[in-house]
Amino acid sequence: MRSLFLFLALLCWQTAGAQAPQARVTGVWVRATVPGQQATGAFMTLESDVPLKLIEVRSPLAAAAEIHETRVDDDGVMRMRAIPQLDLPAGKTTQLKPGGHHIMLLGLKAQAKAGEQTTLTLVLEDAARQRREIVADAPIRALNAPHQHGEPMR
Amino acid sequence: MKKRLAAAFLALLAACGAPEDAAKSAPPFHAEEIQAHYGEGFQMTDTQGQTRILADWRGKVVLVFFGYTHCPDACPSALYRFSQVMEILGQEATQVQVLFITLDPARDTPEVLRNYAPAFNPSFLGLYVRPERTPEMAHAFHVFYRITPGETPDRYSVDHSVSAYAYDPSGRLRLEIPHTATPDEVADDVRQLLLENVKK
Repeated sequence: MRSLFLFLALLCWQTAGAQAPQARVTGVWVRATVPGQQATGAFMTLESDVPLKLIEVRSPLAAAAEIHETRVDDDGVMRMRAIPQLDLPAGKTTQLKPGGHHIMLLGLKAQAKAGEQTTLTLVLEDAARQRREIVADAPIRALNAPHQHGEPMR
Repeated sequence: MKKRLAAAFLALLAACGAPEDAAKSAPPFHAEEIQAHYGEGFQMTDTQGQTRILADWRGKVVLVFFGYTHCPDACPSALYRFSQVMEILGQEATQVQVLFITLDPARDTPEVLRNYAPAFNPSFLGLYVRPERTPEMAHAFHVFYRITPGETPDRYSVDHSVSAYAYDPSGRLRLEIPHTATPDEVADDVRQLLLENVKK
């Protein structure tokens, strides 16, 4: 009886642990496009209490979304690459911002108009390969909206 | 006596010469000075279908950036930075022309370009060459680019140089502006190029 109680208590604790909010996404925005432009970028700040991996992103705005890394090498050449996942270390803030990482939205279904809004679904995976999804509202900001590091995000 | 007078005259000459030398060696630019003629005279097309060369904007400082509109990061950042430069320059901004030259004319059709560059500042212009001439254009401007295939044939990305060029009002290439330059630094350099022109 006692061991059953313990078992149930443990089960409850584990379930509670799995459902606790462990990741937060803030400052999400998508860069507006002009008519005919087929792709754009999305940016955000991610925070997690436990080690997580961002493994997939979806948006109703785009046929496909990829996690991209931008690097400017010593020779002054910008290189952009799709990466299979983005590690979110526990207790740390991971910024997806110009000059670092971004979500590349490809095959846009419509023009991304400044002032409108879309959503991004982020698929996160923990060390036990458990997946969870976060759906974030993503305002679309003008092409020339301030976005550099150190400038107001909103 | 004559000798002493001559020495005094020489000293006076030297004294006069000193500030003149100082004036000649104007403060250095933030960006890297460049002694080359990349792209000067190279023919491109504007979004109205007109053939353009950089000399068309003689009398202005011309800032040139190469990129592609599917670039979500470096290209809008660079054009945004130039829009800030224009704001800093205020009235002097009328003496500056920013040109965005596409390295991806296959996807950056005139329609896309026509709206893209002016989205950052109404005065910005997009230029292109026919896709088969892009390698020739990149060569003329000494710009590196390489197409990297993506998941599908139309989802490629374009690795490319992210520094910009500044041409002075006489149409000469003068500066290579690194992507790390701040808007204030670029504005300073533009002002200096405009000032040189006034002095002439």
